[in-house]
Amino acid sequence: MYTLTKVGKTYRQGQRTVTALKDVDLVIPQGQLVAIQGPTGGGKSTLLQLLGALERPTSGSIGLGSSVLSSLADRRLAKVRSHQIGFVFQGFNLIPTLTAQENVETALEPFRLKTDARRRRARESLESVGLGDRGGHLPAELSGGQQQRVAIARALVKEPEVLLADEPTGNLDEETRDDIMELLEGLWRDRGLTVVIVTHDTAVARRAERRLHIKQGRLTER
Amino acid sequence: MFGTYLLRELANRRKQTTIIAIGMALAIALVVVLNAVSAGVREAQSRVLESIYGVGTDLTVTGTFEPGEGGTGPQTFTFGRDDGETAEGTTELSQSRLVTARGSVAMDASTIETVASVDGVASAAGTLSLENMTFSGAMPAASDDGEVTQDMVAPAVPGTGGADGAGGSEFGVDTFSVEGVDSVEVGPLSATELVDGRMLEDSDAGAPVAVLDQTYASSEDLAVGDTVTIAGEEFEVVGIVASATADAATASDAYIPLDVAQELADLDDQVTTVYVQADSASSVDAVSTALESELPDATVSTQADLASNVSGSLSTASTLIANLGAWLSLLVLAAAFLLAILFTISGVTRRTREFGTLKAIGWSNGRIVRQVAGESLVQGLLGGALGIALGFAAVLAINLAAPSLTAGESPLGGLVGPSGPMTETAAETTVTLSASVTPIVLLLAVGLAVLGGLLAGAFGGWRAARLRPAEALRSVA
Repeated sequence: MYTLTKVGKTYRQGQRTVTALKDVDLVIPQGQLVAIQGPTGGGKSTLLQLLGALERPTSGSIGLGSSVLSSLADRRLAKVRSHQIGFVFQGFNLIPTLTAQENVETALEPFRLKTDARRRRARESLESVGLGDRGGHLPAELSGGQQQRVAIARALVKEPEVLLADEPTGNLDEETRDDIMELLEGLWRDRGLTVVIVTHDTAVARRAERRLHIKQGRLTER
Repeated sequence: MFGTYLLRELANRRKQTTIIAIGMALAIALVVVLNAVSAGVREAQSRVLESIYGVGTDLTVTGTFEPGEGGTGPQTFTFGRDDGETAEGTTELSQSRLVTARGSVAMDASTIETVASVDGVASAAGTLSLENMTFSGAMPAASDDGEVTQDMVAPAVPGTGGADGAGGSEFGVDTFSVEGVDSVEVGPLSATELVDGRMLEDSDAGAPVAVLDQTYASSEDLAVGDTVTIAGEEFEVVGIVASATADAATASDAYIPLDVAQELADLDDQVTTVYVQADSASSVDAVSTALESELPDATVSTQADLASNVSGSLSTASTLIANLGAWLSLLVLAAAFLLAILFTISGVTRRTREFGTLKAIGWSNGRIVRQVAGESLVQGLLGGALGIALGFAAVLAINLAAPSLTAGESPLGGLVGPSGPMTETAAETTVTLSASVTPIVLLLAVGLAVLGGLLAGAFGGWRAARLRPAEALRSVA
């Protein structure tokens, strides 16, 4: 469960200070599927980065379970990311030189598993997204939808509490978009994940059980 | 995972890997070649020095040369009216004497005991470096009522002479080097090997016996059992020696017992050089300092000082390697390291999204730094292996070409050791340069490869560690 209290985030852009988030209060219960929409530059990605322990807020506090993310050291934040949070990116962000199987294995690197166990879990994760037979392929040899499935397998192989998706269907056609959303919904239901999706796509947002809107750094419910 | 990722990255970035590896290889090959040639030059110097100063000589102690001192100032040969043999109106004159060699300064023989008593000295032996000068020629016989006294000034350059312009007279000066020695284990005879006859022995003290240099004996057509005239005295040739190093002459033309040399040169209890062996290589500097303190009026020279006296192309090669070579290798190494560092940093910058993603999925900074450093290290090691191979090929080419270097004692050689006759012999020494790659050079090459890789990895890793995951992801959004 996420608990955000009076969260603010400002950036320096040259001489200018940009306020990306302002006094955001938000609670996301465990197992909720949340969609965040809003105009470009409104603060969607900033909020996702704060939820993902990639950034610390300038003010306020962010709690994930029993951890207060806003006060953790870098090393502890890395551990939270490696064990509790899965990321899915708009551009898939797969390592181009590694196969699909190896890309999924990268997420297990911080767990220091034995090679056999690591490979088995990665294979099972690929099978769970329907790519059991594509483990030996490089990203360049896969379609956009398949690459995003690999990215989802990578995000879920460590069995996180939270899945954060930044425009997960932004680079996909409608048919593939629906496939990916069905996959995410299925995983959400089956695993009881908390899923937060940032999207411009209203069709995607409508599939969420809760919709948030963010504009000029202020968060509102829809 | 670490190895798989590393190999995939290196294989995928072949161009960068190749450029870094080639840069490192060239630098390391240069270091290998320079070290090998440097070792070859040192070995050649050692051979030349051994031929001059003897095997195992760590230091020499000589009298300090002052201008005007030394044995070969203008020499005066005086003949009385009854000197020489007259036949058919011509008087044949000949006079021979032993003088200290040019640049040599005699010291009291007690210096040997003083040296031997210094801590760290294993053994010490004294020698007397002399020059035998023979003035000979013919002139018209003098009339009965007049005394003929000729004060002749011998030319400084050995072997010259000629008509004196006095109506049919002709005189010449012949010189050869003579070394009075009291040990065959330490000093110039230690660097020789017996070709015929026997070496000088302790029982030869006081006896008119001589051991000749093979080259001199050959030029004078002398053999064991013949006699050679030194300072007007006849010496039996008991042995012929040659340099133990194949291509160098020995230090002197003739070797005679030290006491005999001292008596004939009228230098009782005098020596010109004390050859010193230290009990270990590490004590040479301490012994040198102690000797300088004990003998403030003498000149103490170590092998390094002696090496500086070797002239010719060998000296030029040594100087080139010590100066230009060292700077060149440093410059090329620095360029290779810089190239590796810049390429690595550039590679990290290109992989911002990749590292940002890895951080986002939980990789620690340390894990990412290790990945970057590992890749750089392997690139460095590849360069090191290639560099060692190139270096070996270049050393092989040098050895096949077998360049010859000439070596001799520099004009200032008299300051530190036996000169005069040794200048004559050493000047003609030719040594073949033989470069060799030692295990230390190989270790140095591997060490440099590792250092280059780690340096590049450290800079690249530092750059990667500074990336904030959110910024890394934002930079590609």
